[in-house]
Amino acid sequence: MRTFAHDDDSAVVIVGSGAGGGTLANELAQKGIGVVLLEAGKQQSTASFVNDEWGSFEQLAWRDPRTSSGSFRLARDFPDLPAWVCKSVGGTTTHWAGASLRFRAHEFKARTTYGALDGANLLDWPLTLEELAPYYDRAEDKMGVTRTHGIPGLPGNNNFKVFYNGAKKLGYKDCHTGHMAINSRPRAGRAACRQLGFCFAGCKMGAKWSTLYTEIPAGIATGKLELRAECHVSRIEHDARGQVTGVVYFDAAGREQRQRARIVCVAGNSLESPRLLLLSASSKYPDGLANSSGKVGRNYMRHTSGSVFARFDEPVHFYRGTTMAGVITDESRHDPTRGFAAGYELETISTGLPFAAAFLDPGAWGPELTAMIDGYANLAGLWVVGEDMPQATNRITLDDTVTDHFGLPVAHVHFDDHPNDVAMREHGYRQGRALYEAVGARQVMLTPPFPSSHNLGTCRMSEKPADGVVNRFGQAHDIPNLFVSDGSQFTTGGAENPTLTIVALAIRQAEHIAAQMTARAI
Amino acid sequence: MNEAGHAGGITRRHFLATGATLYGTLWASSGALLTLAPSRTWALELAHLDARSGRALLALTRHVYPHATLDDAVYALVVKALDEAAAEADTRALLSAGVAALDQGADGDWLAREPAAQLGDVHAIAGTPFFEKVRSTAVVALYNNALAFAHFGYEGPAFEFGGYLERGFDDLTWLPDPPAAASPAKA
Repeated sequence: MRTFAHDDDSAVVIVGSGAGGGTLANELAQKGIGVVLLEAGKQQSTASFVNDEWGSFEQLAWRDPRTSSGSFRLARDFPDLPAWVCKSVGGTTTHWAGASLRFRAHEFKARTTYGALDGANLLDWPLTLEELAPYYDRAEDKMGVTRTHGIPGLPGNNNFKVFYNGAKKLGYKDCHTGHMAINSRPRAGRAACRQLGFCFAGCKMGAKWSTLYTEIPAGIATGKLELRAECHVSRIEHDARGQVTGVVYFDAAGREQRQRARIVCVAGNSLESPRLLLLSASSKYPDGLANSSGKVGRNYMRHTSGSVFARFDEPVHFYRGTTMAGVITDESRHDPTRGFAAGYELETISTGLPFAAAFLDPGAWGPELTAMIDGYANLAGLWVVGEDMPQATNRITLDDTVTDHFGLPVAHVHFDDHPNDVAMREHGYRQGRALYEAVGARQVMLTPPFPSSHNLGTCRMSEKPADGVVNRFGQAHDIPNLFVSDGSQFTTGGAENPTLTIVALAIRQAEHIAAQMTARAI
Repeated sequence: MNEAGHAGGITRRHFLATGATLYGTLWASSGALLTLAPSRTWALELAHLDARSGRALLALTRHVYPHATLDDAVYALVVKALDEAAAEADTRALLSAGVAALDQGADGDWLAREPAAQLGDVHAIAGTPFFEKVRSTAVVALYNNALAFAHFGYEGPAFEFGGYLERGFDDLTWLPDPPAAASPAKA
């Protein structure tokens, strides 16, 4: 592997190796641009992944402390774990389920389409579906998304069969096994899915796309990319002109290091990215980097979500096979007659026995919960995932009292549901219950949101510098050689699982960075 | 219940606590567990809790996560996890005080109360630090083990067996199969 000296200021330094950072690193390396990729977590592999829910959580999840507040139920159920993202090479692409849906055209025009909603800080993206479409196409090819590029869909498992039959009873038109970045046939040197289950635990087949074993090794193979695992970036530095000059980080031994950089790209997920910008406050930038708008950390979105689990008389064995085995897209339209703006997707979900006990109704006890568990083999499940409203007061800040093991203030997450979020979730619950009751459910449980894996918007993209943190390429309005390369840059959340859009944006951002470097603009 | 069960005189509420060891015998009805267990009898050595506390915590856990047909041998894994947590003095004190308080409200012997009365006591302590320690330990320890997997019909990891692709991932027959356009045939 090519290495870079700490005082080499020629490289692009990327913080975080997930969908955004890992993809960007490879795309830049393929163009011949030197990259140092810093990842806070350790390196795992398909061999070291464990098919054990709690064991995998301990192996992959970001478990450094965080704090939370607000009226959302997570602040009560999991106050120390508001988000379920990964601290591992490959980031949360080790954990994601693989659902790869494009945003709809109207979702890039949220403010125009939904209008002014009280309390919502809606904004149109400075980008359209048409502009992003070619990059979506390249992302789908790169990731091997089923039902694109001639790749067949995955076969549906038992959980999908229940879901599909219920969908048809409800009159839904668009229900299938989804657009999944999971190989239905061997492709790109990776195996086909063997329906192991445990998609959330790291795919031991390597059938599910993850930057861990695709983008990152491909980038390293160019001789332009150096990966440094277990390197936790604590601060981004800048010069007197205000341009960023490098990063300070703690290496695996806990030693403080400094890596010089020509460009810094932040891709630590929507909690850590704003945290790092805020931690980098200086006399020149007293409110943190790229924060002249005051928007760093604000407009945190986490998708309106909830799950519906149903117990039947007959066996389902829903843990067999892919976790997200199918999707219903009918509710993703914007249709205010339903009582809310924007839309949502319905996707199957399953858990093993350990997580069923912990997450079906967090904190609950007694016979209603245990009746569901007694019927574990007969459970089916679905997940509601919809667009939530950006609110300025939903935000990531630096905690006043709690610090991590480096002594740095941890991320504090404040979140209140918007009334639109609540109305959408209730609609999703009603539809999910009706879907399962239509095919004979004996007991239905409405499960509150899990710790968030979709964290968005905290460094949002905007046309005007006053409205957001970065421009249409993820480039900071305030600092031209500072970029945000993850879901933090989303202007609004859309209804779709965000990874595909993060990857498409990273491909596009790499082109922009390369062009700007060639033009000596940065 | 089969002959062996009767011969031993073991019933679901009948297990012995002797010194700092809990003993029990697998119920004859625990078919899936009998195939996994090396022996019909089980014993749990307690390092930090006394046996009486162990018995009370097991009974408490049966009220918190009631599964009528789940063997005490599986609930004993919760006691084991609580005993390990009791290595820490604060936790040991929390658990001992919690059991003592239950006893105090039951003329000195909470375990002698009728199950319905015990359940009333459990409702009364729900949400206390003692209850939450037991519940949050139990929600992991009770369900994250091979005995529970077998009992509840969860097959767990399948990588070693080539996944569920040839082992029933789509074997549901009580509903019609979706059309190929929605769910293509496997490769």
